[in-house]
Amino acid sequence: MKSLDDLKKLRDEALKKVEMREGGKEYRIVVGMATSGIAAGARPVLNQLVKEASENNYNCVITQTGDIGLNSYEPIVQVFDKDNNQVTYVHVTPEKASRILKEHIGEGKVVDEYTVDTAEREGGKL
Amino acid sequence: MMEDLAMHLLEILINSVSAGAKHILLTIFEDTQKDTIEMCVKDDGKGMNQEDAERFVDPFRTTRTTRSIGLGLSFLKGLSDTCNGTFAIKSQKGVGTEVHCSVQRSFIDTPPIGDIGQTIMSVVQANENISLRFEYALDGQMFIFDTDEIRKQLDGVSLLEPDILLWIHDYVNNGVTSLSKEE
Repeated sequence: MKSLDDLKKLRDEALKKVEMREGGKEYRIVVGMATSGIAAGARPVLNQLVKEASENNYNCVITQTGDIGLNSYEPIVQVFDKDNNQVTYVHVTPEKASRILKEHIGEGKVVDEYTVDTAEREGGKL
Repeated sequence: MMEDLAMHLLEILINSVSAGAKHILLTIFEDTQKDTIEMCVKDDGKGMNQEDAERFVDPFRTTRTTRSIGLGLSFLKGLSDTCNGTFAIKSQKGVGTEVHCSVQRSFIDTPPIGDIGQTIMSVVQANENISLRFEYALDGQMFIFDTDEIRKQLDGVSLLEPDILLWIHDYVNNGVTSLSKEE
């Protein structure tokens, strides 16, 4: 799937997937990619999210932003639902990212143990 | 920390996105004869006056209001200093900003170009409406990626569709490595 011709085919497939997910994107996933995020390993996290979202056609759009303002907790992934309720996941690794996608986006269950609230309760250790 | 050139460039590109750019041009020109890698990020964002632009390169002389600029420019300047290169920034309020950086291609501390496909994908994810053009050349052989062209092909399908993002990632990396292999 590497040429411009492939893109046309891919486009039709993507369109089918969009139609399967009628009702628009349920979740918005935002990865912090400022200097601190990149240095802490946000890049493989972002890659993992996009790859798995594509494989499983999860109902989400994945974007990135700059500084979220919690540098010591990077890499940070924020999940917003349709009503803009926000869950902030911290110290995210590609493995944790998979679980967040599967449980939060797939099944609608927040992965409590990775959230910033849990991390703060445990004194920043995770 | 900044393992490759792609990471450095992502920093600079995100500055352009934050500056409200509608068009961003990224160029990476490698020349084996001159033994250089020349990189440039040019945007039509809000820009700043030249004096400020040069000041932002030094992290210790920035004030709090410059927080949004970050360390990207200083890191890039550091890279060019370390790797026998050059660095220049040109900016004009209301017009845009141009960042130029070169390094000695064969220098031992010069990092690899790295995952430039990921960098391009990330910029698209930061704002899918920006027209982003990437030109890569190795000794005059060129690879071009342009989101405007892709958007035309996609005909209404979002660039943010995961399948499309992955394609962008692979397409760009393939484009770059296919030229390097011919070397």
